[in-house]
Amino acid sequence: MAVAATVWFFGASFGLVARAAGMGVAAPLVLSATTFAGSAQFAITSILAGSGSAVAAIAAAVLLNARYAPISISVAPLFHGPRLRRLAESQLIVDESWALSSRGDGRFDRRLLIGAGLLLYAAWVSGTAVGVFAGKAIGDPKALGLDGAFPALFLALLVPQLRSRTATQAALLGGAIALVLIPVTPPGVPIVAASTACLLGVRRDEEAA
Amino acid sequence: MSTVWLVVLVVGVATVALKATGPVLLGDRTLPEPVARVVALLAPVLLAALVVTQTVGGDNELVLDARLAGVGAGGAAIAARAPLPAVVVVAAAATALVRLVA
Repeated sequence: MAVAATVWFFGASFGLVARAAGMGVAAPLVLSATTFAGSAQFAITSILAGSGSAVAAIAAAVLLNARYAPISISVAPLFHGPRLRRLAESQLIVDESWALSSRGDGRFDRRLLIGAGLLLYAAWVSGTAVGVFAGKAIGDPKALGLDGAFPALFLALLVPQLRSRTATQAALLGGAIALVLIPVTPPGVPIVAASTACLLGVRRDEEAA
Repeated sequence: MSTVWLVVLVVGVATVALKATGPVLLGDRTLPEPVARVVALLAPVLLAALVVTQTVGGDNELVLDARLAGVGAGGAAIAARAPLPAVVVVAAAATALVRLVA
């Protein structure tokens, strides 16, 4: 429930910021209902608000969500029945529902994954709805310091990812690439370019092995 | 079609497909080890890039403003093992405060 409340909070934040970024009311709701992945949605909002191109926003969001291919593969044995049913159920996979359903031995609990997924999906979409409609009344997100809250949010999501030296090195390299490219490329491009750091990270790992 | 709707449509379809990859297509197959390692590193790399671009990113320039204070305060909250909502509230409050005073 604490995780659901957190997700609801971020859904509302997303709705608010998406509205402020000029995405309107319907588009953020459709995005939350179909994409259901916080970091990619916030990245889209940030790139579009910074007058980045559609291609940059799409590339950054798709790269951010690329992790869902291996994540969904890791829980594939939990899904049975017709393909359409498996397709529908797989949309409940999100970082938090996936993490909560882990048994710690490489296997996953189907009831936890589906149950947590449903709860988090409802929280995310309803939070977005409140955010987009209350956004106008609340006013300027910058006065609330929300533009400073998002990098802190990503930092909080990043820290648990740094479980290995390779991950830490790749994250540092990616951050450095982004920093260097910010002044010389359109918004969004630094993030996409930084993703190449993951290739270097693996090569280094193989050389060490 | 507007830029916003183009992004929403393409990203929505792509994400639905990505999440369906395992359950729909790859029942009992696994990624080759090197590929899995590359993909596993995407999350930390992209999150790090987002931290940087959202802290000092501007329109084709580096901008040092109240967001730095927000990230600093958020970082301190993370180090103190504060829960996620608290981290965000602290960061927003610090950013708003510095912006108000400056």
